[in-house]
Amino acid sequence: MSSDASSNQSDSSVSNGTGHSINVCVAAGCLSSGSDKVKESLEHEVHEQGLDHKCNVKGVGCLGLCSQGPLVAIEKQKVIYKGVKQDDAKEIVESLDSKTVDRLRCDTDSPFFKRQTKIVLENSGLIDPEKIEDYFAADGYSGLTKALTEMSPHDIIDQISKSGLRGRGGAGYPTGLKWSTVAKAKPRTDGKKYVICNADEGDPGAFMDRSVLESDPFRVLEGMAIAAYATGASHGYIYVRAEYPLAVKRLRTAIRQAEKNGYLGNDILDTTFSLKIDIRLGAGAFVCGEETALIASIEGKRGTPRPRPPYPAAEGLWGAPTLINNVETYANVPSIIRHGGEWFAKIGTEKSKGTKVFALAGRVRNTGLIEVPIGISLREVIYDIAGGIPDNKKFKAVQTGGPSGGCIPADLLDMKVDYETLAQAGSIMGSGGMIVADETSCMVDVAKFFMEFCMTESCGKCVPCRVGTAQMYDILCKITSGEATMQDLDNLKELCAMVQDTSLCGLGQSAPNPVLSTLRYFPKEYEEHILHKKCPAGVCKMSGPEWAKEVSK
Amino acid sequence: MKAERPSEDKRWRLVDATMRRHGHHPNSLIETLHTVQESFGYLEAEALTYVAASLRVPLSKVYGVATFYQFFSLKPQGKHTCVVCMGTACYIKGAQNLLSSVESKMKIKPGETTSDGELSLLTARCVGSCGLAPAVVVDSEVLGNVSEAKLSETIGRLVQNEL
Repeated sequence: MSSDASSNQSDSSVSNGTGHSINVCVAAGCLSSGSDKVKESLEHEVHEQGLDHKCNVKGVGCLGLCSQGPLVAIEKQKVIYKGVKQDDAKEIVESLDSKTVDRLRCDTDSPFFKRQTKIVLENSGLIDPEKIEDYFAADGYSGLTKALTEMSPHDIIDQISKSGLRGRGGAGYPTGLKWSTVAKAKPRTDGKKYVICNADEGDPGAFMDRSVLESDPFRVLEGMAIAAYATGASHGYIYVRAEYPLAVKRLRTAIRQAEKNGYLGNDILDTTFSLKIDIRLGAGAFVCGEETALIASIEGKRGTPRPRPPYPAAEGLWGAPTLINNVETYANVPSIIRHGGEWFAKIGTEKSKGTKVFALAGRVRNTGLIEVPIGISLREVIYDIAGGIPDNKKFKAVQTGGPSGGCIPADLLDMKVDYETLAQAGSIMGSGGMIVADETSCMVDVAKFFMEFCMTESCGKCVPCRVGTAQMYDILCKITSGEATMQDLDNLKELCAMVQDTSLCGLGQSAPNPVLSTLRYFPKEYEEHILHKKCPAGVCKMSGPEWAKEVSK
Repeated sequence: MKAERPSEDKRWRLVDATMRRHGHHPNSLIETLHTVQESFGYLEAEALTYVAASLRVPLSKVYGVATFYQFFSLKPQGKHTCVVCMGTACYIKGAQNLLSSVESKMKIKPGETTSDGELSLLTARCVGSCGLAPAVVVDSEVLGNVSEAKLSETIGRLVQNEL
């Protein structure tokens, strides 16, 4: 109790401008480089120097530049310190009212910070994700309040449609259209409809959703509540990976606090609208990102997809009409309701509106999380924001969309990042992972990596995916071990088309994408492997029967 | 009829609590298995039988679910676990070499446990720490920018009794 009171006090002196707020990033990236210990040291130092009354140390969500962690931001001085160690705490606290500690400063004027446009991540790094009060202070829940008190469900769907928001999970289906389908659907006989938040971020190399949930969980809950009101649902589920324990913990805390404050539960904000939200843990199956498989998994079954139609909007969870959106999609909703659909539609391109969060990883200087307007060029993202390729290496390709996406080569770097352009280039927007490969990566090996992934993650329900991915993997193994002939390459192409056309769900239909895109842009690498038994990047061992060993395993 | 607990072990109470919270509904199967794995470290055969009886789900279905999801393990884990992330970003930054180095040092393959039960070696699809690739999770602590030397040292420290 007393600690609560003192923190409130310091909060008020912080908000009236006389105090300091020291924001320590406690998202998973910085935590693993020891930011929790840094936070303890800072708290200890503040206490030691007798600054408790005017200085507040708080844990906040992701500040973005994960590769330089642990990161500490001082709000009033407008600086971000990088690579902070426990020993630096004293110096940082001493310098609060004087000069900043320049040796730790991160260049906040660099393109990494300047080029971003933040909607989904607007509170990320500013608010304490475990305190609903912080979210209130950042204008949180004003969207839901406006929706419930001033707008009809029809008005809300109208605004979402006007905004041009499209599903951020990968396929880019217009969100307004999806909502209106569920809103019009006849409820199950007991009057039930469901909303589901897909937080089963399975793409390797993508960590946007995890970061949003860890940094600003209330935002997702608010988005879901608005969606439930607009579609007539009274029960929601968040399906989140068990591999993200911190995100799960913060979500649970957020749900509890929202219920306590009347933003979830019965009669929300004293209206007749009620919503209950439960968490369901995924258990490590990539296919559960597919909506019908996800529904099966929530129902406690094996996560296998089923043919559509009926679409979940008509017949979803336990046979009731169900709205499924991705974390980032829901996170956009509160801002759209607050500022209006037209405001949102001004950002982005003609067909792809708003911003997109990308996870930058691989061979670039700045790895981390960014949010940029859709339509920005790949070159700007990789060379300006991500700072280019380190160690004087040459850029080779950028992989977007995970195992369902493709590799984009250097001569397409000026291409715009939006749903249509990426699809034309043989890749997809996907959920937002961007992994940069330099000349040390072999593209055939990368294709093999993704095929191994799809083969293992195939649920086994339909034959083209179950058998086709295994056959394609075998051929890729043959190529990378120097045993393949040009006939194998033809077989591979034929299999790609077959699996693409005949698989039951998105996993199988898109599994050939990494192979097709590397075949399209890097055919020479395949030929080198096959005709000259050489791997140009020196990755593949070309040692012959490695393939035989793999299969017998 | 209420299923009988397999033993006096107090951890069964946690399992029962989860099932009770969901009204022993068959759809709480995955949630229940999560609790079993969290409490016991793995899903032993008698746990599957008990859960099947309590939730009135055929044992075959329980087994089907338990083997479908990669997160569930039917074998006991070692005292320590080392999970090498094999996500794309880690792969591009050399996770394969990290894995081989542990394999040859400890003489085990991914999914196996050393014969003295000290260390289990596992791989993960992606632990979401791509900004810090390559990443390894040792006893649920994420290590970023791991080198072979660093990993070897960390594991060496964990199992030094044996060395």
